[in-house]
Amino acid sequence: MSKKNLTRRGVLKTGAAGVGAAGLATPTLFTGAVWADGHTGFTNAPEGDTVTLGFNVPQSGPYADEGADELRAYELAVEHLNGGGDGGMIPTFSSKTLEGNGILGKKVEYVTGDTQTKSDAARASAKSMIEKDGAIMITGGSSSGVAVAVQALCQEAGVIFMAGLTHSNDTTGKDRKANGFRHFFNSYMSGAALAPVLANAYGKDRKAYHLTADYNWGYTTEEAVVQATEAMGWETVNAVKTPLTQTDFSSYVAPVLQTDADILVLNHYGGNMINSLTSAVQFGLRDKVANGKNFEIVVPLYSRLMARGAGANVKGIFGSTNWHWSLTDAGSKAFVQSFGTKYGFPPSQAAHTTYVQTLLYADAVNRAGSFNPCAVAEALEDFEFDGLGNGKTLYRGADHQCFKDVLVVKGKENPTSEFDLLEVVEVTPVDQVTYDPDHPQMGGAEATLGSCNVGA
Amino acid sequence: MLGLNAKDAGLFLLVTIMVILAPLILNPFPEGSELAQFNAGYPDLMQRFVIFGIFAIGFNILFGLTGYLSFGHAAFLGVGSYAAIWMMKLLTLNVIPAIIMAVIFAGLFALLVGFVSLRRSGIYFSILTLAFAQMSYALAYSVLTPLTGGETGLQIKSTDSPLLSNLANGEIGRANLFGLEMGSSFEWGVGNWLFTFNAGYYIAGIVMLMAFYMSIRIFRSPFGMMLRAVKSNQQRMNYTGLNSKPYTLAAFVISGMYAGLAGGLLVAMDTQVGPERMFWTASGEVVLMSILGGVGTLIGPVLGAGMIKYMENIISKINDNILHQWFAFLPDGMEDFVVFLIHPFIGKGWHLTLGLVFMAVVIFLPGGLVEGGQRIGRLFRRKKRDGAVGDAAKTPAE
Amino acid sequence: MEVIVLQVLNGLDKGSAYALIALGLTLIFGTLGVVNFAHGALFMIGAFCAVTLNRILSLSHEVIDPDKTDFLGNPLAVNVPYVYDWFGEAAGQGIINWSVPLALLFSIPIMIIVGIAMERGLIKHFYKRPHADQILVTFGLAIVLAEIIKYYYGANPIPTPAPPAFSGSFDFGALIGLENIIYPYWRIIYFSFAMIIIAAVFAFLQFTTFGMVVRAGMVDRETVGMLGINIDKRFTIMFAIAACVAGLAGVMYAPINSPDYNMGMHFLVLSFVVVVVGGMGSLPGAVLAGFLLGILESFASLGVVIDLLPGINQIIIYLVAIVVLLTRPRGLMGRKGVMEE
Repeated sequence: MSKKNLTRRGVLKTGAAGVGAAGLATPTLFTGAVWADGHTGFTNAPEGDTVTLGFNVPQSGPYADEGADELRAYELAVEHLNGGGDGGMIPTFSSKTLEGNGILGKKVEYVTGDTQTKSDAARASAKSMIEKDGAIMITGGSSSGVAVAVQALCQEAGVIFMAGLTHSNDTTGKDRKANGFRHFFNSYMSGAALAPVLANAYGKDRKAYHLTADYNWGYTTEEAVVQATEAMGWETVNAVKTPLTQTDFSSYVAPVLQTDADILVLNHYGGNMINSLTSAVQFGLRDKVANGKNFEIVVPLYSRLMARGAGANVKGIFGSTNWHWSLTDAGSKAFVQSFGTKYGFPPSQAAHTTYVQTLLYADAVNRAGSFNPCAVAEALEDFEFDGLGNGKTLYRGADHQCFKDVLVVKGKENPTSEFDLLEVVEVTPVDQVTYDPDHPQMGGAEATLGSCNVGA
Repeated sequence: MLGLNAKDAGLFLLVTIMVILAPLILNPFPEGSELAQFNAGYPDLMQRFVIFGIFAIGFNILFGLTGYLSFGHAAFLGVGSYAAIWMMKLLTLNVIPAIIMAVIFAGLFALLVGFVSLRRSGIYFSILTLAFAQMSYALAYSVLTPLTGGETGLQIKSTDSPLLSNLANGEIGRANLFGLEMGSSFEWGVGNWLFTFNAGYYIAGIVMLMAFYMSIRIFRSPFGMMLRAVKSNQQRMNYTGLNSKPYTLAAFVISGMYAGLAGGLLVAMDTQVGPERMFWTASGEVVLMSILGGVGTLIGPVLGAGMIKYMENIISKINDNILHQWFAFLPDGMEDFVVFLIHPFIGKGWHLTLGLVFMAVVIFLPGGLVEGGQRIGRLFRRKKRDGAVGDAAKTPAE
Repeated sequence: MEVIVLQVLNGLDKGSAYALIALGLTLIFGTLGVVNFAHGALFMIGAFCAVTLNRILSLSHEVIDPDKTDFLGNPLAVNVPYVYDWFGEAAGQGIINWSVPLALLFSIPIMIIVGIAMERGLIKHFYKRPHADQILVTFGLAIVLAEIIKYYYGANPIPTPAPPAFSGSFDFGALIGLENIIYPYWRIIYFSFAMIIIAAVFAFLQFTTFGMVVRAGMVDRETVGMLGINIDKRFTIMFAIAACVAGLAGVMYAPINSPDYNMGMHFLVLSFVVVVVGGMGSLPGAVLAGFLLGILESFASLGVVIDLLPGINQIIIYLVAIVVLLTRPRGLMGRKGVMEE
């Protein structure tokens, strides 16, 4: 009875689960070649000619639209992996193992679930995918709390977690896990990329006032932006926490006028961002002159879907983003073409990151020659690739975070369509946003990946 | 039997059999068949069935007997969960101390909240409990982050080394009962069927049976009678010189401890706590479970809990792809049309289905699912007895 | 000093929204004896009336502009609203810009229809049922209404700006001799609008025969019924009026915060706290509590206050509710015996 399996199919289908597990207890001793033989002995080892992936996205709650866009991207990725459609970014991807015949020759199937943007519900949904549907990999999510919770679950269960949209430092910082991988950028990178652009545009002698969403992501973003801008010479006048459930930010925005601040930083995302930005513009902050300078507003993390909710208020406001459909490299163009043809509108950054994560996973399995999570992790660690829309990218082995250029964007003054809301003002090179794995913002020296877990 | 009358003993026996055989009953469809989507016999969901069953049973002791509608019960579940996970992080990975601490902390918190809130009755009482729960949620989400992990919640990490457990360096602890891990299962394949007998589920199931037994005893005890008297006419009770406050407070604390027990078990099965466990919608959910199943009945809340969790976990996972598979036998145009019709109610539309089911149950079955069951039962009996009116019609649903 | 004036203004503004919803809730509860958990949904539907009218006015046909390209590199199809064709571009855009005020007129018939349909179709059957049943069925209805809106409009908030003439802000401080008090026009309008609606409801109840009967019904429904007055018809009318109040409040609120499908649920809990703090069944209580909680919430969100008591901005409303209910058993102005069993 001491079998630690959260799984079912793996055991039923292979029958010899116990035998393999003992041999795989010390995975670091094996090299990639050895993994090729390991088709059993891990959670939900795929049998037959199909493999099941679990797409766990918010389908209800405030991020439901982002979840829907992620799901579209997943369906597109599955289509491309199985050889359908125009192949999207597969031809532009620098690794050439994907041939449209599924993953390792197995046809890709998928199950979907609703995270409700609640860590409990997200884990329940992920567990049902692992226990009931036999999913070999879980991916998705549109908030950091959910990402951290599901990542921890996948670590316990012994499957790979490919994070969706999660921006908090914690996901690959203090809460990093050996089985979890993140392609999306993070708070630190936003701060590091934004600060020089802001200093250029608004000068180095600025006084900033922060409004911060009162939860983990808000804290890490505030910390990152404060540190990066103070290094440029800015002064932080005040930082006020706002409740997540707040909808009317007037009583937080109005007092800003009474201070000598000349910059307002809104560390808000989603509905919070829309409402606080709308309030700030209503209160005439952008028409104000303080300390002889024009008052300015900054939104560290932009999302096009959210920018749409704020309407004309985003015009001219700086922020950062992981990817934008107006990029003109071959990968981005191929993806926009493919997604746009199928759905009739351009993909969001959430759709992009989830599409890329699915391809990266499939490619890593092909290169490892096995679905074994430890083998896949090894294949992803320190993997360098190109052609997926962000230029040259490194999946760093020390914390499982992707390092790539970061886009600094600005709300467009004269949008030509409802999708054309942001313009890329600068592509911050990757060197400028790279940090040490034991950076204090990332949990310091204590943060550790642990060892990878194959479950079963 | 066990100090129960024949009818209650029969019910208890039935529930016991159901709990034991749940892995079989809940997996009626063979693996790989198109209907396997509706199977609910996997460990996580079965654990949730019994755990939320406990939560609802406890809530029903307060609401069903005294009529006091608490709108903040999720707070006790949350407090229990946090207490349990801290026990596991600090003391031992054995689930028993964690569950005991969960019950104790939830009981203490319930004592505090109950002492204050029970000074008022009716909707004023409901709003007081709601206020306490919302405050707990808001603080756990934000300023109490060092204690609660904030939005991310708490999990057991590789850096945790509980005092009484000897873990290898870097190993992530797993909840166990004297070495038996909650996640371990025995699987039994019969033909195309696969049944999973999970250790955690059976432990939670045994606890649920004990909780259920306790609740029967409370319902039938003089204490239970006293609580019913509070519901039917508190004023008259006070006039007879009886002070009802200690009784209602006791009921409140007991029901808070049930919630704590559920919270502790949730952590034991899945070692993670998030603050949204205490949000008002979670409190509302247990109210809905009780009413949906049948308030004041013994088995109703358990049925209600099962139904809501089933919809949340099964309906939400059906997507268009699956629909197309189901209706593939129809001609193309027909197939698309049927999928189009069903589409709004499945997957991301599961909330819509839930709302419609609530309305339907409340409108047509004021006594909840239990009343529905009785009506069906009566229908059959009537046929058998050739038109004789069932005597169950007038007895309150139990 | 400036800060205090500002936060009082903010509080009155927030309080207007709370008070309007609480007023409608109390009207329904007081007259019909029904606890309506779907009231927040009515507020939400009102806001979406504004969104819908905006969409209707912006109904467009596509004109291919060969000079520009869309994101796929095809010629850009520019949407040209029909109103541009009919009234010229400037006037057409003017009409679209004024969609929120126009939606006030648009929403009244819609809210009346929704209100009557709700009362006749559902609520009517629940007058004799326990409050718990009423709560459950209206809560179910609230979920269904929210999900229907989500199905058609998505989950993201939809920007619904005020007319350009009112979208700016002005120096309120100059009016009262203080400096640096900038306040948005629309929020002042919202507050004034709320005051007018509240005054109208009170006047209606105070000075019309209909209102007199309704007030009598709020005190003792059975006796009024025995006097041979057709209570049923009046109930329906009252429900429609309450739905209108919620809907109009929603329309006017749309420019302040972009409406989303969940806004009703968000206001639901807060407005219930407001109603109970004010005292169940008391109209003045509901209005008073709305403004009180709005102002206290505003002050709790000041940086200095949060530094002093971390997290106070998260819990202030609930804390006040507990204190009020412990010192005044039936809220600020509640009557004995209402919803106490």
